[in-house]
Formats: sequence, C-alpha cells, structure tokens
Amino acid sequence: MEPALLPRAKFDALVQTLAQAGYRVFAPVPRAGAVVFDEIGSADELPRGYKSEQVPGRYRLSHDGGERMFDFVHGHESLKRFTFAAEERLWSVSHDGQVAFHAHLPDDRPTAVIGARACDIAGMRVQDRTFIAGRHASFSDPYFEQRRRSIFIVAVNCSVCASTCFCASQGAGPRVTEAFDIALTELHDAFLLEAGSEAGEALAAQLPLAPAGEEHHRQAAQQIAQVAQSQTRRIDNDGIYELLFDNLDHPRWDDVAARCLSCANCVMVCPTCFCHRENEVADMDGTSSAHVRQWDACFTMEHGSTHGARLRPQVKQRYRQWLTHKLGSWWKQFDVSGCVGCGRCITWCPTGIDLTEEAAAIRAEPGLKA
Amino acid sequence: MSALPNTNPYLPMAAEVMDNIEEAPGINTLRLRLTDPAQRAAYVFVPGQFNMLYLARVGEVPISISSDPGDSEFIDHTIRAVGRVTEGMVRVKPGDVMGLRGPFGTGWPMAQAKGRNILVITGGIGCAPTASVVQYAHARRGQYGKISVCHGVRKPDDLIYGERFENWCKAPDTVCMFASQEAAPGWTGRTGLVTQLLDDLPPEAIEGMTMMCGPEPMMRAVAEELLRRGRPIEDIYVSMERSMQCGLGHCGHCQYGPDFICKDGPVFPYQRVRRLMPVKGF
Repeated sequence: MEPALLPRAKFDALVQTLAQAGYRVFAPVPRAGAVVFDEIGSADELPRGYKSEQVPGRYRLSHDGGERMFDFVHGHESLKRFTFAAEERLWSVSHDGQVAFHAHLPDDRPTAVIGARACDIAGMRVQDRTFIAGRHASFSDPYFEQRRRSIFIVAVNCSVCASTCFCASQGAGPRVTEAFDIALTELHDAFLLEAGSEAGEALAAQLPLAPAGEEHHRQAAQQIAQVAQSQTRRIDNDGIYELLFDNLDHPRWDDVAARCLSCANCVMVCPTCFCHRENEVADMDGTSSAHVRQWDACFTMEHGSTHGARLRPQVKQRYRQWLTHKLGSWWKQFDVSGCVGCGRCITWCPTGIDLTEEAAAIRAEPGLKA
Repeated sequence: MSALPNTNPYLPMAAEVMDNIEEAPGINTLRLRLTDPAQRAAYVFVPGQFNMLYLARVGEVPISISSDPGDSEFIDHTIRAVGRVTEGMVRVKPGDVMGLRGPFGTGWPMAQAKGRNILVITGGIGCAPTASVVQYAHARRGQYGKISVCHGVRKPDDLIYGERFENWCKAPDTVCMFASQEAAPGWTGRTGLVTQLLDDLPPEAIEGMTMMCGPEPMMRAVAEELLRRGRPIEDIYVSMERSMQCGLGHCGHCQYGPDFICKDGPVFPYQRVRRLMPVKGF
C-alpha cells in the first residue's frame, strides 16, 4: 500500500482494529509523572498534549493541553520489556518421586505495541544478535524468540526529540526503517501511516484512511530531518574499541566513579543491555522448584563474582566494564554498537552521567594514566 | 560448536548420578549419565568443554568435563565444594537425578597438537579440565609426542587424582611433576611455584603445545616465561573461568573484553587474552 492518512480524530480505530484482530494492545500512557507502556482499551488513554523535559539526571512530564499524542518522546521503558521480560520463569523441576523438567515458554497471544520509536526498534534488532542464533549467536533463546514473534509493532517517527537523544549519531533513527508492522508520523491533525509487513498491510486495509498528498510526505520528511538536526550529542565511533581498551587506566574512570552511584539505572533503561541472572525459587513443600531469570546489571557486585571472588570491587571497574562493553567490545561481538542513542541512561542517571561525555573525555586526552 | 541434544538450550536434561568419587577432601568426581537414550546418543563433546550442572532446588553451575570424549555415556565432572551449589553437589548419591545442559564452549587444540609434545600446566582444581587432555592423548598414544604434566597446589592436601596421577606417571613418555607452595612431611615434589617446575623439565618438554588451566597469575607467569624462552605464542593455550549462568552467550556474566568465556572460550589461545589478563576488573 501507499502511505495514507489516519486522521487523529480516528486514532481509536487503530486501537479497536488491533483489539478485534486478537491483539493485546499496549501503548504509552502517563503514570506517576512519567510515560510508561500499559495495556489500553481506547486511544483516550494515550498521553495527548504531554511533553517531556529530559536533561541529564532529570525527567519532567508537562501537559500543554494540545492535541499531539507522541511529543512526549519516550519514557524510561523501551520495547525491551515486551521481547525480553524483566522477570520470567524459564522452567521448573518437579521431584516427588521422579525428577522431571518442564519448560515454561511465554504464552503466544499476540501483543501490539503502539508508540515504539526508532531507537526502540534499533535496540530490539541489537538484542536479536544476542538472542537469535546466527552470525553473532550460537544459540537461540526460545523465550525471546516467542515474544519477538508474537509482537506487532506500531512505530512512531519522532517529530521532536529530547536534549538527551542522539539516535542519529548511532545510525538508529529518528526514522523507523525496519522491523515494524505499521509506522506513523504525526502531522498537524493526522498521521501519515505506512505498512512495513504483510500483517501491517492487512491491518491498515481495515482502517479509515484517506489518501496522503505530497505536502504530507514533505512535512513528515521535514519533521524527521529536523529531529536529526536538533540533536547535539554524539558519539565518535571511529576506532572506539581500540580507544577504550587502550585507555583502561585513564584517570577519567576515577572521575566518573566519583559521580557514579553504581545503581544500575542506566542498565535497567537501556534497550540493548541483555545481562540476566538465573535464580532458583524453591517451593516450601520440597517437591518442586522454579528457575527464574531476572534482568541483571554489571553494576552489581555479584555480577562480576566468580565462586565468591569479587572481580570488580571498585565502582570504576564496574562503570568501565559497562562502558567498554556498550561502546567498545559490543562491536567485536555483534558488529554493531551496544548504544542506539536513545539517551535514556543519561536522563535516568540520578547524577546525570552522560556516556557521550565520558567517551569524549577519553578521546580528548588519550594515553593518560591514573 | 557442537549441537545440543535438547531443543530448548535453557532446559536441563535429566542425568543420573552413576558414581560419586571423593578425590580429596571437598573435591569429588561425579559420574553422570543422561537418562534419555536419544539425548545420550546425541551427546558428543571434546576435551575442554563444560556442562551446566543443576542440583534440584539449589541451582546451576558450570563444571568442566574431565572424562574421555570417546565415552560420552559416562560423563565425569570434578567439583570442588566452594559455594552453595557445589557444597550440595559433592553430597549427591548414586541413583540421584541431576540436571545437565551442554556441552558448551571451545575445546583444547588436540588436533593442532597431533604429532607434537604436550605440556600441561595446572594449578589447584585446574587439573580437572586438563585431565581430559592427558587422558585423550594417552588413549590415542601414537598420535602425540611426549606428555609432561606440571601440577601446582597450595598445600599437599589439595593434590587430587592420586590414582590417576600414578597411572599417568607410569605411562610411556609421560612425566608428572608437582609443586606445593607449602611444604609438609612426606612431600616429594618441589616446594614452590609451578613455574619453577619448568627448570626441572627436559628441554624438549616445552617444545610443543602448552595447555594450561588454573589461577590467572599462574597461567600468565608460565606463558610469559615460555615466551621469554622463545616459544611461539600460538602454541600456548589457556582455559579461563568466569561466572556463567547460561552457558549460551546470553546472560552476560562471563563477558570478557571482546569475548564471552562460555562460547568463545573457555579454552583460548593465550594471544587472545594476553592484553586483558593483567588488568584488574575484567
């Protein structure tokens, strides 16, 4: 299909059509001062007229009474929560008499997510390289794969961005270019809608769409270009693996460690961080036990512990582990940066640590030794 | 990378404990056998690989395989009780059922070592993964040259594989040497570090492939000494250890610079890890 217009007043048709097609429909909603993804019943629940102020260490949502639905940019949650569950039971064991193992794959009820940004999709594609067997992974994670298969993505091309955004620098946005079913660009009183998959085409065919004119395409392209131009942060990825690993003793690691709380907020909001721990949750009657995984972070002491020995007792070692992997060795493992430039780790860092500044500081004075 | 016998790589396969042999205080070898005949038939490994072993209601840990790949029906794992999970594992009894996932990781360069001498350097429990090297070469004696085993321990009590070592020492073209950092009555090996054993070896012992497993400072000291003695770096291999919770390259705990120890290792050419090994925090 050719891209067409979905009038803003008819946005609820998208929600209802998805619901009728059997999807659980998730969309951004304002909750407790931030925008999160939640299951919705109607388009009225979307954050209409909301904007977010995002600077290092600060996120504030404001309401301007306007009609625009996606100018809030993004909250701390990314698509990751739909494809890689923050906590899930992988399998359980029963042993009343005989020991038996039971896998617990996620239910495959289709889930539609409205409002995924280009950085979210880029993050999901980065995680594909970790969790789906291929050139970069030896094994597929059947839990991730099932969630990934069950998701229908209604993406949104950003028309504004936060001060912490730098997706253009990471080649991750602001335009959504792949792995979406439907992509929307919010115009004055309508959305320019395009389909990116067969499922997206089929769904779009049921929507009350109007033909789009050249001016709509022009406006959409202009908005997206403006978003890219307005971004001030960037990462120089040229030779960044060598740069970081040649500077493991750089004094900047001490400098950032003095500001870092090792709280792992950056990891929790990152769309690409994949570390997880596996816990055994035994029941009380002694006959069964669940094997549960949870997101983990290299900022915890346990993450770097090997049979009780702590490999990274210092904060500087843990921050360095995170940054050298995220920006450096990710390239070696996955042929891509571990950073999609969403800026969430900057916004949600309680002390406003900005990884673009940390990398730039090392590049500015390479070779220094602490 | 060998394929796994189970389709969900996170789900353990049931494995029966066939034997639990105490090697030394707190160090046991568990002989396991997959209970499902199809999984048993599909299970193949190479020396140096490891399994994720699971003790019901306690947890899962990576343990290297110490038996011969020629017999994949009975799979040996030598375990030192160092934590919550391994404390439980050394107590299992024949007939108990555990979980097993694997095999994972890279193996020792047994193909490159064909026709050459093999120097095995181990420290502490490190001799579990390297035991597979010695057994593999002994079982295929004509394919390999002289085998030298240098084993270092902190104190004589830590010496495991008593009977196995005795058999190795008696095998043709095989030399075993021991060093203990602490002396004790009746200790016949050297008192000192395993690196000092290099001086006691016949010169040709180091002129082949070197395979090491043990504490990183030990492996690094030996590797650097071999380099000083003019050995090519390509002939030196080490087996690395980090926390692993999945074995699949997914959980991130063993992330080590450009590699995951679980899938790019645990056996690495020394060249691959030489840069990071001296850096604290990786």
